[in-house]
Amino acid sequence: MTNSATTPRARTDPGTPPPIGSLAVAESFLRLFAVQGSWNYETMVGNGIAFCMKPLLRGLPEEHYRAALARQARYFNAHPYLAGIAVGALARAELDGEDPAKVERYRTALCGPLGSVGDQLVWAGWLPLCSLVALTAFALGAGPLVVVCIFLGAYNVGHIALRAWGLRVGLRRGMRVAPALSNPLFRDGPAVLARISAVLAGLILPLALQRIIGPGRVLAGSVAVVAVVGAVILARFGARATGWRAALALLSIFVLYSVAR
Amino acid sequence: MTLESLLFSIVPVSLLVAVAGLDMVSFPQIMLSRPLVSATLAGAFVGRPGAGLLIGAVLELIALETLPFGASRYAEWGSAGVVGGVVMAGQPAGAAGALPVAMFVSLAAAVFSSRSMVWVRNWNAHQARHLRAELDAGAPTAVDALQVRGLSMDLLRGFVVTFVALLILFPLSHKIVAIWGVDAVHSRAVVTALAATVAAGAIWTLTHRAARAGWLFVLGLGAGTALLLLQ
Repeated sequence: MTNSATTPRARTDPGTPPPIGSLAVAESFLRLFAVQGSWNYETMVGNGIAFCMKPLLRGLPEEHYRAALARQARYFNAHPYLAGIAVGALARAELDGEDPAKVERYRTALCGPLGSVGDQLVWAGWLPLCSLVALTAFALGAGPLVVVCIFLGAYNVGHIALRAWGLRVGLRRGMRVAPALSNPLFRDGPAVLARISAVLAGLILPLALQRIIGPGRVLAGSVAVVAVVGAVILARFGARATGWRAALALLSIFVLYSVAR
Repeated sequence: MTLESLLFSIVPVSLLVAVAGLDMVSFPQIMLSRPLVSATLAGAFVGRPGAGLLIGAVLELIALETLPFGASRYAEWGSAGVVGGVVMAGQPAGAAGALPVAMFVSLAAAVFSSRSMVWVRNWNAHQARHLRAELDAGAPTAVDALQVRGLSMDLLRGFVVTFVALLILFPLSHKIVAIWGVDAVHSRAVVTALAATVAAGAIWTLTHRAARAGWLFVLGLGAGTALLLLQ
């Protein structure tokens, strides 16, 4: 790998894809953390993809560079942590001089899987699990610094590793990146994380209740029963109102009652 | 903590929340925005990290329900956590109404910060339309400009939302806590019941499709109860 220039340059040998410098890869990786900087309901993460890909495309001739950026700044949707796969794969395709129509079709095909796989693995799996691990530490009496460090440390080991892996595998495989998404981590990971979360959730419920409420097992037990019954009601009527808004409404009534008392 | 002393720390606290609000979606998504972190840090800013952790744990239980899936509209916990942490840590230690009032103002702040995120996303779309011709021509400066504008606006959004929320809600919370009429234990029990209900519903939604998740939850519950009895 060679260091990249800061501006597009003319290709010396038209048959050879321009090299990607290690600095360009590092810059692209850092930009991935801001991939959702201009997220909106129309182009979603599209501009972010072009923003992250910019350093990787600088080896292209000026005309190709601009054409590639224009293509990549259009609508795109992906989980932010897996956007690196798209950035790497599409940058590789552009550098390899693939047919623009083929690149656009591949870009469209990547959207769905990168969104759903990431949502299941990270938002529905890894994030709640790390929250529950940190809440377990809280329930067992850990202090503020320890709880925060456990949460941020555990979560970001997985987060940063996933972003780095995504960019690497995308750059390496280019338009043959799809098999990477059949990795056992994506296939079986969410179910494994869900099972661990189920155990932890059960474990922390009584312990966290007691730490928040204070001494008094009967009261903690009563609250646990109320929580289980309330959760069943929420699960049944969850489509009509989100739980946190319902909690805000009930809490408002409690505040009014307590003030008026 | 008095309103006067809060005013000295409101700017650094608002800066903290600007960073936490930015972290939620735009940059760098390392989860400083989760209430467990943002409320604890806010509590530490005010000098009582333990109080911040307590409200942070309660809000984290609720936040398990609103995970940032794609284009869904969800609560922005960075601002809400900081508001809750400051209000909780700013009350006299042992005040009966501190926890429920802190939770109330946090959730109220979450409603407004959630709407402010939608506003920023629409503003980003407007900016993208404004720069469309340049983006379609592949102008690298337009790509960077759109990204930087979005990041800056999100940073500003977090700062303004928290600054305004604290200016209104902090004095209000002091007044409510001063006339609070329910004892501390039962106040905390109500808060915890609400948070645990939302959390249990969220965990069920997230895990029920996994094989044997229900039994694993019961296994964990048994272990937790045993640990509680042994304490």
